[in-house]
Amino acid sequence: MSLLDKYTQVAGSDVIAQLHQLAAPLAGASVVHVNSTRSGGGVAEVLTKLVPFMQELGINTKWEVISGESRFFECTKGMHNTLQGNRHPLDESLLRVYEDTNARNAETLRPVLEQADFVFIHDPQPAALLSHCPDRRGKWIWRCHIDASHPFRPVWKYLQQFVAPYDASIFSLAAFAQELPHPQFLIPPSIDPLSDKNLDLEPGVIEQVCEQYRLDTRRPLLVQISRFDRFKDPLGVIQAYHLAKQFLPALQLVLAGGGAMDDPEGDVVLAEVRAAAREDPDIHILLLPADANRDINALQRAADIVLQKSVREGFGLTVTEAMWKGKPVIGGDVGGIRLQVINHHTGFLVSTPEGAALRIRYLLHQPEKIDEMGSKAHAFVRDNFLITRHLREYLTLLVALTNGTRERIELA
Amino acid sequence: MATTLSTEPFFVKDCTLVALATGRKARLLQEFRSELARVDTASIYHHFWGGLLVPRFEEREYNNDFAAWIRHGVHDGVLAERLAALDPGRFPDLEALRSEILEQIDTRLDETELLFWTRPSSQFEFICSQIVVFDTGRHLERPAELASAVTAMSTSSIFYHFIDARRRTADGEDDFRDWLAAWGERFAPLRKQLAGIDPYFGTLSELRDELSRLFSSHLQEAAQ
Repeated sequence: MSLLDKYTQVAGSDVIAQLHQLAAPLAGASVVHVNSTRSGGGVAEVLTKLVPFMQELGINTKWEVISGESRFFECTKGMHNTLQGNRHPLDESLLRVYEDTNARNAETLRPVLEQADFVFIHDPQPAALLSHCPDRRGKWIWRCHIDASHPFRPVWKYLQQFVAPYDASIFSLAAFAQELPHPQFLIPPSIDPLSDKNLDLEPGVIEQVCEQYRLDTRRPLLVQISRFDRFKDPLGVIQAYHLAKQFLPALQLVLAGGGAMDDPEGDVVLAEVRAAAREDPDIHILLLPADANRDINALQRAADIVLQKSVREGFGLTVTEAMWKGKPVIGGDVGGIRLQVINHHTGFLVSTPEGAALRIRYLLHQPEKIDEMGSKAHAFVRDNFLITRHLREYLTLLVALTNGTRERIELA
Repeated sequence: MATTLSTEPFFVKDCTLVALATGRKARLLQEFRSELARVDTASIYHHFWGGLLVPRFEEREYNNDFAAWIRHGVHDGVLAERLAALDPGRFPDLEALRSEILEQIDTRLDETELLFWTRPSSQFEFICSQIVVFDTGRHLERPAELASAVTAMSTSSIFYHFIDARRRTADGEDDFRDWLAAWGERFAPLRKQLAGIDPYFGTLSELRDELSRLFSSHLQEAAQ
């Protein structure tokens, strides 16, 4: 059975037929995706499935990963943080490392990139590659996965010089779009319903994972899955848990996440989180390996409520994953979480630990609301945030770029 | 461009839509008015119709994004209700629709000075979209085939033939009514019922189900 056939059962045959029809005019085209890590984080997860999908549709698709030393990732993490609003200038020497690393990677990748019909560059890390490919023949698209709604201007201005020459860019939300001299497409990311992280699990598997992490399945459980990153506000989650636990003594909390290759700050934040949780045996801090997808799946399914109390968020695929599993989400009122969490329908948007604690208490006192919101959340994701919709919009974008900027394109 | 001609077959088409940022944002009602006056009509199309094909929550409170922002961002229920009452299909083109929205905003600003100074709780981002239309390779020879064909259509195909068509056909009808008109008076009751379907509030899947039920029951009766 082909990869696309497998998705017919989840997404519907009409959706898959549409992908074939849309891909037909792109058959034989060469597409290259470039990012900075093959595992860890949402971008790598999406590419893991998107690339074989495109290949199966007859599009010659490759995925290249740039390499860099620790100072390069220190720089790109700084870029990431400042684009999301931190106001710390980046050291000149780090910017030189950024440029040198891109130049070095371009030496290896140039033949592939210059020959491709379409090149997708994901996030700031490889953004400067374009400036090293003067003989490029295809369309270059910069895909920004970050909440760049309020970037620190000096850093955005620096990055803008590399991004402006692209043929198009993609942002997850209109609020993230920036002033650029090319079309800015709006495409939210997606989840793969058939990946290990999202597949249905037998109840026994969920119980086994709970046992493994010493979680009591008879007591209420809150779960936040995300990297140990300040923007995910794990300390705020612990604070919300403490506030709610005064009213719900049986409450348990899991903060679980892995590290990403391109995130050098993770260890520092993890140490702070461990320090904050030390006194409480009902807080479980789990540092999971990159391939612990089944465990993450089981933890999300074991949860009564999933939290994603980010203070900045590009999109928040962990929110999508939790909603797919029928869980209401209490999420930070930021970025792409707003697109997914609809107050009183699929969960609650909150701005403070106090707000999160209030909603935890509200939901745990009304279990029927948990079921009702969870059911709406699942349907919302099925209709809007599965990988098939994401792929369709990428294909539409490629067709649109090929056919100019007309508002309406009629394929023969 | 109309999809059907006389008693030509009905060619089933499909479409996909990708949204684009226009770069226009409004933080105050007056700013909104001035951006609306200049924004490309493609954006007005998107905020009335195109939004049905991009991710959104199922329960649509208002039939257009402008009314929703006026209600939830500006918190002015009066103007929101007036904008929600606009039926885009009744305007000859998008410029005329734009003029009416601007007129409604001006009227409301005249009524209450407070709106000049009200700071909305969220900003409005003007979005537009590019639509790619393609042939599915399927076509219908006779109206009797409609019931099963509609059931098998993608939701975006339903969007194309039932909603987008109102902008393409000469008299602002959907493609089904347009095609059935060529089959004579016996389909007049069905065409009337189709005209009575409000496409704006449910999901496209619900719309497909409603159309499918209507075609099934009507065409079954016609066969008896």
